[in-house]
Amino acid sequence: MSDFDVEVRITPRAGLLDPQGNAVAHALRALEFPGVGDVRIGRLIRLRLSADSADAARQQTDRMCRKLLANPVTEDYDIRVES
Amino acid sequence: MRAAVVTFPGSNCDYDCYKAAQELLGGDVHYVWHREHDLRAADVVFLPGGFAYGDYLRAGAIARFSPVMREVMAFAAEGGMVVGVCNGFQVLCEAGLLPGALIRNASLQFRGIDVYVRVERTDTAFTSEYARGQVLRLPIAHGEGNYVADAETLARLEGENRVIFRYVEPSGAVTDAGNPNGSMNNIAGIMNERGNVLGLMPHPERVVDPILGNTDGRGLFASIHEALAGAR
Repeated sequence: MSDFDVEVRITPRAGLLDPQGNAVAHALRALEFPGVGDVRIGRLIRLRLSADSADAARQQTDRMCRKLLANPVTEDYDIRVES
Repeated sequence: MRAAVVTFPGSNCDYDCYKAAQELLGGDVHYVWHREHDLRAADVVFLPGGFAYGDYLRAGAIARFSPVMREVMAFAAEGGMVVGVCNGFQVLCEAGLLPGALIRNASLQFRGIDVYVRVERTDTAFTSEYARGQVLRLPIAHGEGNYVADAETLARLEGENRVIFRYVEPSGAVTDAGNPNGSMNNIAGIMNERGNVLGLMPHPERVVDPILGNTDGRGLFASIHEALAGAR
């Protein structure tokens, strides 16, 4: 077993309205960043995980995402594993 | 007739539910703490509003795994009546007992106001005592009541007439102006396929007593009373 640093980035599903992202986009444009396009706001989860391999850590984290960490109806997720 | 009101750490509308059920269902009402494994022979289960587990991660996401939810899911699977109000609706969606999800209000604001809601169907166990198309004035108090679902789910809900309550203007017109949170198709409340699980964002339990100037929520409890009385 070794310890892994796992990062899960959760973002609103593409195509789904992101009210927070929209509000921040408006605010940034009002602050004279006219180049600002679409803004999406998500959540970053960092966790330490003991697992047999990086692959096993990734698989476990994927299960965590499907069970609890992300809502498949509204969110996409992306997992990074570092030893 | 026995009603159970599930209480999570952070529930705050549990007593409103308890009181409304006690007065209008005319039977025993009991609380069931989130750690309990027994609904104690309930005929109907209420998941009340509030902020279960602080709404951490997502509203309802953690509550959905509390021990009592296993019982609620088994109860629903056997055809037992379950009503989720506000946070309770969010828990039901997270638990997969109802489709879709409730995200941040489009306005980004917490909305604690009275809204108008149209009763879309009266041939259900939850709405038989209302008139079809009746417009109710009900309070809402939520920051995350914006109902979303993928196109297929939405089409299915509409096709199977499972949208039970819809946000409208006082006239009954379905418009953006009547929609307090950005919900798709102005959805305020939906039912499962079998018709025994209802989730809604507005709070009927808060408007059942004439002393508060509005009794539009009574119909929901009266309907449940009828359904349960008819079942025995």
